[in-house]
Amino acid sequence: MSDLGSDGANALPARALRSKRQSIHGWGHYPVEECSLYRPERFSELAEVVASAEEPSLIARGLGRSYGDASLNGGGGVVLSERLDRILDFDRETGVVWCEAAVSLAELIDVFLPQGYFFPVTPGTKWISLGGAIAADVHGKNHHRDGSLSNWLEEFRLLTASGEVLRCSREENADVFWATAGGMGLTGIVLDARLRLKKIDTGFVNVDYEKAPNLDAALESFLLRDEAYDYSVAWIDTMASGSKLGRSVLMRANFAGESDLPANRRGDRRFEGVSGMPSVAVPFHFPSATLNNWTLKLFNEFFWGVHRDGRVLAGADRFFYPLDTVHHWNRVYGTQGAIQYQAVIPPPHEREGLAAMLELLSRKKLPSFLAVLKPFGPKGDGLLSFPRPGYTLSIDLPVSGGGGDFPAIARELDEVVLRFGGSVYLAKDSCLHPDSIESMYPQIATFRDVLQRVDPERRFQSSLSRRLELAGKA
Amino acid sequence: MATPSSQRGRVVVFGVTSPIGRAVAARFARDGHPLVVTGRPGPELDRIASDLRLRTGQTVEAHGVDALSRAELADWWRKTCVEGEPGQSLEPPEGVVVCWGDMPEQDEGQREAARLCQMIDVNVAATFVVMEAVAATLEAAGRGFLCVVTSVAGDRGRPSNYLYGATKAAQSTALEGMRVRLGKRGVAVVDVRPGFVDTGLTWGRPGVFLAASPDSVAASIERAVRKGRGVVYTPFFWRFIMLAIRMIPGPLFRRLSL
Repeated sequence: MSDLGSDGANALPARALRSKRQSIHGWGHYPVEECSLYRPERFSELAEVVASAEEPSLIARGLGRSYGDASLNGGGGVVLSERLDRILDFDRETGVVWCEAAVSLAELIDVFLPQGYFFPVTPGTKWISLGGAIAADVHGKNHHRDGSLSNWLEEFRLLTASGEVLRCSREENADVFWATAGGMGLTGIVLDARLRLKKIDTGFVNVDYEKAPNLDAALESFLLRDEAYDYSVAWIDTMASGSKLGRSVLMRANFAGESDLPANRRGDRRFEGVSGMPSVAVPFHFPSATLNNWTLKLFNEFFWGVHRDGRVLAGADRFFYPLDTVHHWNRVYGTQGAIQYQAVIPPPHEREGLAAMLELLSRKKLPSFLAVLKPFGPKGDGLLSFPRPGYTLSIDLPVSGGGGDFPAIARELDEVVLRFGGSVYLAKDSCLHPDSIESMYPQIATFRDVLQRVDPERRFQSSLSRRLELAGKA
Repeated sequence: MATPSSQRGRVVVFGVTSPIGRAVAARFARDGHPLVVTGRPGPELDRIASDLRLRTGQTVEAHGVDALSRAELADWWRKTCVEGEPGQSLEPPEGVVVCWGDMPEQDEGQREAARLCQMIDVNVAATFVVMEAVAATLEAAGRGFLCVVTSVAGDRGRPSNYLYGATKAAQSTALEGMRVRLGKRGVAVVDVRPGFVDTGLTWGRPGVFLAASPDSVAASIERAVRKGRGVVYTPFFWRFIMLAIRMIPGPLFRRLSL
């Protein structure tokens, strides 16, 4: 098509190198940065963008679900992967799917759930790209049993700064494999990957709800009963204090067998547990006054009260993606959004560490209604991977209202986390200080060595990587 | 994944490697049509074909076809979509969608004669050859549809892109006549005219507004074909924009820089 109104005086760059200057942000709407966005439609165009000297640096971006600045590159280039989203092959015998990095979990579930395969490690949203999932080495409610995503990743092809495409697996370029899983996109751009899917019998899960009156009861229940469940997580009330500190609703599940389903759901209908598009949308940003201590306390009381111990059969969608059913749910936090804070406290001081964090939140009366507690299993080998043995606590802090001074609050939480030898999840981070990185990610020296090999000139950078000096001091 | 509940007629998509072509192919596959798709031979074509097969569960025959082979395209059509294996005779396709197109920059077309001729070879020569080959088949069958994705650029020759526009106007005029000829035989001939479409051609280009997604153009194509429409603008408002542009009197038009 033509450019109505343009007189063609300014010659456009070659098609592959055209970019759009736009302000973008992560899922938490903070920070917002202006970047040059590229959107290649074929591999040759992607290679051209990486090879060109047009931008000081580049970072790949999928569906933009990281909360902070992991897929932002203020003043530099961001490569949108979305058009390179083809599913290439599926091996029924091994359950291994081979697809390009922009394919989303949602699409993989849509295509393969009816054939009896589920995504093996899924975070709380299915609207993430496979490339992004690898970059964050995502974990799910089944980490204690199935590990993080890299556990199921067989191999991938990576486009590096030099233009070389590296095939990475546990056997080949293993150092790059483990630098890329959890490496926040700094090793290059994942082109395509082979991932083992999980065979399941139905699209439904049996969920057991158990209320724990306080933190100790919750931890005890996790310890004693998690063995029986593939999926385990707890909603935790961050407003509760005193004897009720850390009261939680534990939600644990296993995929249902066909015999668990009512007769009318068996046979061909047994995989109909996942719905398609979000059915409801939050139409506008809530005024910042809506989410405050009082409304939060009310919500938490309601949530606690409404749950009863017992077993429920639920569709996989409802259990795994409760928030995905509401499009733009992050708008309830108002136009200023929220930050997400997720940390892990390792043994032996999990209880003290968690209690200290909860006491801090309760004392400061910080509203957070999506607080989640989960035990982690053994660590994977991703050099910058977040999940490791211990307990992980995730909370959201609205930028306005009680959480207004969130950098200060995050700093205080960081101090608690560091004191107990824990770590913060980079995919949700927007406030961490570079000083904390080496203790939180002890394998960062090895990571930096790999970067020196695959990207000596630091072509791949993000606002996150610069802020945290992930590639080393400049 | 859709397991086709009823086996419907084959749909042929020329230019499946373009974003619109891929989106159209996906839609018809989901509706239960086995596909025959063409694109420039190479990994892109293979990837798109694999993706279509895996996502829709539909049969997808992919053929590497060079639009610059012009007159040979008629032979290709006959061998692939009419005769099939020697001695065989295939069911005529239910429909054909032509999504390919070449769009160099206007100034490049003005400067480089070879580039200009390439565009004419694809948009006019190859497209006309395919149109006639398809028309003969569908005319004999007495049913089906032929849809060509043209452009609003063909509605009036504007200094900013009259070369491309002229090739699209050529397509639209041919379709106009063909519509009458094939209409008598119960075959729909559809001219879909997109405005700006959100692809690499418009990305980062100044002056682009309200670019339609490739899938929304594909949806328009599907609707238009089902309803047997003639000329369709997508999104709809381009009909009015182009009407206004066409109505500007010559002397005034010469003073504007559209």
